[in-house]
Amino acid sequence: MNFAPILPEIILTIGAVVLLMAAAFLGRRGSSLCSWSAIALLLGATLALGGEPQSAGVLFGGQLVADGFGAFGKLVIYLSAIVAIVMAHNWFERDFEHAAEYPVLILLAAVGMSVMVSATNLVTLYVGVELNSLAAYVLASYRRTDDRSAEAGLKYFVLGALASGIMLYGISLLYGFTGTTQFEGIAAAFMREGTQSIGLLFGLVFLLAGIAFKVSAVPFHMWTPDVYEGAPTPVTAFFASAPKVAAVLLGVRVCLDALGPAMDAWRQIMTFAALASILLGAVAAYGQTNIKRLLAYASINNVGFALIGLVAGGPQGASSVLFYMAVYVVMTLGAFLCVLRMKAEDGEPIEAIDSLSGLSQTRPGLAVALAIFMFSLAGLPPMFGFWPKLLVFNAAVTEGLYGLAVAGILGTVVGAYYYLRIVKVMYFDAPGEPFAKGQNALEGSLIAVFALFVSPLGYLLIGPLGELTGRAAGSIF
Amino acid sequence: MSGVPILSILVVLPLVAGIIALFQSANGARWNALITTLISLALGIWMWTAFDPNGPQWQFVEKFPIGGGIAWAMGIDGIALLLIELTLFLMPICIGASWRAIEKRVPEYMASFLLMQSLMIGVFTAQDLLLFYIFFEGGLIPMYLIIGIWGGGERIKASYKFFLYTLLGSVLMLIAMLAMIWTSGTTSIPELMAYDFDPSLQWWLWLAFFASFAVKMPMWPVHTWLPDAHVQAPTAGSVILAGVLLKMGGYGFIRFSLPMFPEASNEFIPFVYVLSGIAVVYTSLVALAQTDMKKLIAYSSVAHMAFVTFGLFAFNQQGIEGAMIVMLSHGLVSGALFLCVGVIYDRLHTREIARYGGLSDNMPKYALLFMVFTMASVGLPGTSGFVGEFLSLVGTYAVSSWAGIVATTGIILGAAYMLYLYWRICYGKLIHADAAAMQDLSGREMWLLAPIAAAVMWMGIYPESFMRPMRADIGRLLERVERAKPAGDAHLTAGKPAAAPAIHGETTSTAEAH
Repeated sequence: MNFAPILPEIILTIGAVVLLMAAAFLGRRGSSLCSWSAIALLLGATLALGGEPQSAGVLFGGQLVADGFGAFGKLVIYLSAIVAIVMAHNWFERDFEHAAEYPVLILLAAVGMSVMVSATNLVTLYVGVELNSLAAYVLASYRRTDDRSAEAGLKYFVLGALASGIMLYGISLLYGFTGTTQFEGIAAAFMREGTQSIGLLFGLVFLLAGIAFKVSAVPFHMWTPDVYEGAPTPVTAFFASAPKVAAVLLGVRVCLDALGPAMDAWRQIMTFAALASILLGAVAAYGQTNIKRLLAYASINNVGFALIGLVAGGPQGASSVLFYMAVYVVMTLGAFLCVLRMKAEDGEPIEAIDSLSGLSQTRPGLAVALAIFMFSLAGLPPMFGFWPKLLVFNAAVTEGLYGLAVAGILGTVVGAYYYLRIVKVMYFDAPGEPFAKGQNALEGSLIAVFALFVSPLGYLLIGPLGELTGRAAGSIF
Repeated sequence: MSGVPILSILVVLPLVAGIIALFQSANGARWNALITTLISLALGIWMWTAFDPNGPQWQFVEKFPIGGGIAWAMGIDGIALLLIELTLFLMPICIGASWRAIEKRVPEYMASFLLMQSLMIGVFTAQDLLLFYIFFEGGLIPMYLIIGIWGGGERIKASYKFFLYTLLGSVLMLIAMLAMIWTSGTTSIPELMAYDFDPSLQWWLWLAFFASFAVKMPMWPVHTWLPDAHVQAPTAGSVILAGVLLKMGGYGFIRFSLPMFPEASNEFIPFVYVLSGIAVVYTSLVALAQTDMKKLIAYSSVAHMAFVTFGLFAFNQQGIEGAMIVMLSHGLVSGALFLCVGVIYDRLHTREIARYGGLSDNMPKYALLFMVFTMASVGLPGTSGFVGEFLSLVGTYAVSSWAGIVATTGIILGAAYMLYLYWRICYGKLIHADAAAMQDLSGREMWLLAPIAAAVMWMGIYPESFMRPMRADIGRLLERVERAKPAGDAHLTAGKPAAAPAIHGETTSTAEAH
């Protein structure tokens, strides 16, 4: 059997097991070692993506597929995971004894996500989702002495388990009515019977409900603000980036591959989810006073836009989703890196939006970076965040979905208000208590690089990134 | 014409200078901004001399594909050239006007203005639809900061209103653009200007573009952001807002709505004329009742911009040329009027008209220049305002006599509110001691206002300088819209050379009787 196509997953799995031992025996002393080794492993896995993992095709009797789509997803996931580890390193260093296990959990989650983006079988898919979720539940409650963190973990677990159950129920219905768990077989069954079969339709709805929970699309978004607020900031940043990419890509593959012939059926569901996410993400963010909650709503809002690309379907729609997620990850990680810098003199993290007031005068560099991320998340030109929004709308217009495109773009105006509010607080208000200075240079340079990426300079990347996403999206058709 | 990428330089130079300004001291940033804008102006003058009015339609063309269907495509015709010159001319004046008035956070202020300049030039030079949109929308961010940071008491409300109002107008245009790109398969503006869209599709596209340009222009009833933004913005911000940003709406109509959707434009003439007619009468009356100088001038802008829409949708040479001259003239005059307000605001820190009076006694130079700009705004022959308003009225009259009559009341009402304003500020007795103690214009202020006065007179006395570069382009535009030209209800005839004046009068009165 050829294992080369799953080399990245193998690297991460073996690495995670070894590091788990190291963490267990070294305890707190091992935290630096574990973090840096985990980063090295993720880099190694990223390098291993070249070659066979992109092109080997169907593996293990149709359990997994190694194609460009999956490889692109893994690339984004691994790089986000690296950033999440870098962010956490300082954060946990200060007052936490179990810091060494954090990178291990991230590695395990990364393996789960790799399976999610390359699964072509409902059972493999479920295993990937669960592996990622179990790691994520632990991560959410990682700061267990903090009530909010414990609450976040519990809430995430209970709701996540419910969603997994719903998804599993959908899978069992699909299996029962098609006799297979293979994406191909399900697609063939839908082709044969259409959406007349009530059992198939129920299976489809339940499966999509589970996926909607994982991408935190409305109406399955309720957990997001609470979990994002309660979880430690680096964990929140991680939740908002890699797992979201994995879940969205999983949704794309399921919808366009397994449920491809039932497009009419899932299109309505996804259209509703997309528009409701855009609108609710925008409106509910208005009254927020906590920046992490606000970013949670921002992530709901942004997922809504990505789903517009999915609704459009076809290679163009799929590639617009990939492009969207790639840029979204940079914007959101950048924003969270800035949030990480919000610390009082005694090192205690601050999360109130009001504390940003006058930041442009106390910390001009940080203010510029956060303003760029905010304008970019809002999708306002000339920031690069505009381009992925343009691509998803373009995909919708090309498919003739004018109503969807118009409704979505009006949603950007509603959303623009709260992104502008952050800029207003930083630039228009009088300076308040300044944040503590002297934090690490690596995070600072990451902020700078990410800000440059989403600044107008990002447009130079349209060509290469567009080609990459185009090729990746082409591989699932 | 050499291969110098002059347009890219004009876009990039202020951008680079703006980034440098962020790292400079207050004085360094001031000088940096002044020198950059003056260099840009010099480049602009060189470009005007190098522009060949009889040459090809698009000159100084540059094109570098970026990938993904968007290209850094630049090029200008005579219409864009004049609007660029207007921008470049006003920028050093804005920097000069902020020299003393802005004391806090000067580097950021200058950087915002330089960024603004870069984006404004970009709007007028972009030849790629998406690039145009990026520049067009990008301008919101620096203006939002300018109003929000350096504005007056209610700056935050005004900045939000400005941003969200214009954004809401513009987003539908983006969807329309995507639909156009998908239908025609190109993003190049020159190619799209020659592409014939299906009339039923045109209808929707026209409306989407109209939503954007009408807000930007601004036309009644979507003008309500303008008085707030103008009143709260710092003086130089108002100058740029009135002088250049409002012109983007008119430019959009000339560049997109008319040549790309001629049939739809024709269909919507009554709609545009009704809105413009209401704007002329209603906002003029509102202006008459204002007690705040800046608000008065802001409402007068809405009324003047209605002349632009009247002229543009006349589909004839006089109307469109007139609309262009009104835009240029209004850019200069309203900018200058805001500067005049700024001059006395800097001294007394109030915009209440009632707090002034009798300034012609203690500020004679100021009163003289203010008079020139007041007259230009009224449209006195010999000033730029007359040429533009006259031409656009002639054009409008050819399409609809009623529209011509309603539009003409705008001139009378304009004279009323401007002269009333001038009377309250400059004439009468110096009853307020603090107003009486104000100094006349300083050397710096003379340098700001005198060049504009000269330009206003030049445009009024010899408008040919400004009409020559755009004549050929307006001719091309007319050729393009010829097939959708409205019949009009007044068929003006030149009259036979031997005919007595009485016959000419008769023709006119019959036409009016329709």
